[in-house]
Amino acid sequence: MLSKRVIACLDVRDGHLAKSVRFVDTKNIGDPVAKAREYYEDGLDELVFYDITASSERRRIILDVVEAVAAEVFIPLSVGGGVRSVQDATDLRLAGAEKINVNSAAVRRPALIAECADAIGSQNVVLSMDIRQVTPDQRHPSGYEVVIDGGRTPMGIDALAWTQQGEELGAGELVVNSIDADGTRQGYELNLTRKISEAVRIPVIASGGAGLPGHLFDVLTEGKADAALVASMVHYGDYTVRGLKSYLHGRGVKVRMSW
Amino acid sequence: MPSGSAVIVDYDAGNLRSVQRACREVGLDAAISADADEVRRAERIIFPGVGAAGSAMQSLHATGIGAALVDAYRSGTPILGICLGLQISLDHSEEGDTETLGLVPGSVRRFRLTDPALKIPHMGWNAVEVLRPHPVLSEVKPGDEFYFVHAYFPSPANPGDVLAEADYEGRFCCALGRDNYVATQFHPEKSGRVGLALLKRFAEWDGHA
Repeated sequence: MLSKRVIACLDVRDGHLAKSVRFVDTKNIGDPVAKAREYYEDGLDELVFYDITASSERRRIILDVVEAVAAEVFIPLSVGGGVRSVQDATDLRLAGAEKINVNSAAVRRPALIAECADAIGSQNVVLSMDIRQVTPDQRHPSGYEVVIDGGRTPMGIDALAWTQQGEELGAGELVVNSIDADGTRQGYELNLTRKISEAVRIPVIASGGAGLPGHLFDVLTEGKADAALVASMVHYGDYTVRGLKSYLHGRGVKVRMSW
Repeated sequence: MPSGSAVIVDYDAGNLRSVQRACREVGLDAAISADADEVRRAERIIFPGVGAAGSAMQSLHATGIGAALVDAYRSGTPILGICLGLQISLDHSEEGDTETLGLVPGSVRRFRLTDPALKIPHMGWNAVEVLRPHPVLSEVKPGDEFYFVHAYFPSPANPGDVLAEADYEGRFCCALGRDNYVATQFHPEKSGRVGLALLKRFAEWDGHA
């Protein structure tokens, strides 16, 4: 049986690890290469880098980080943040990323998903979505809307409709990030995650809100996610990857326990 | 320490750098090559690949690499197929109804799952159960998991060619071997320590099962 995955997300700004709370107030918390190595040795199933560098040097910096990590971490690496073209995607793949996350640029120009799927294979294209709860209306029948540019720009698009469109265009996997839950440590948005997981055939990674091991259990069972993404929980040393996996294993969730 | 060198076959089927990095990590000097003669002369061959069977076969025919692989197999060169590399070593793939290399008798079929909660592709870590001992799989322990990404799976005609199975709403062959050819449906280069150990065993393998 396939294991549920525990994925760590490292937000990288100017080559350093950063963690945001509700998408603002980012602070530096260390060296991404050292953290990646630490989590890998601790049984992490997959690693995501999110590039939040604003400077014009941004592409080179993230490529260097990915290259350094790929030389010593032998699990799938996924990279996102500012991917706007097939060229961005192939550059990151050459540096060592397995999967490429597209987000805002794909909402602005959905054909980007199909272009990336053609160039690097559907299974390597991850559609990452920042989603906010709204009052259900005609434009947002699911009660959730897509927001882009790091949570700043609402797009007037229904989140559920967008996930289905993304799957049709060739996304191989989805990251469902709840802006309402992000950084709160109050738990994942279970209702949103379950709705999306039930609406698509591709794997769903839940993101935003993890604070306690029980939150991972909830989203991997009730939330029907295939993978749970963690950040603050492990970055600040409150929990270890190994500890989270042991906890899930103890509660009967199938996770990889030998590495 | 493994010595010698390998050629990683480049036939326009995905990014091969991660395979090369993992080889380096276990001390195997692996060069990426799209040259049929280099493949034919290689000391050992790694035949990876992701993507569609049809376009991969077109590329293998157009470049002559397909024929070189068959020659290398017949001359006893140790060959490791990975993912699509495994799939196109069988006779036929359902993907695009494609005739493939035929190193190992059998076919490749698409997962047909009844449980709507199971996703396609089969993506993530799954346990690999070794059914038949093989030098390249000698360090795989019960419960060891490897990283998979695929929507099609191999179905060798000869049960003796099946080395290992995994379970995704039913058991399927995830590693096969015949003579000096061995192949995995999973990605050893992305499977952490257990994957690196498998690559190291391949680097030391003399081609005899």
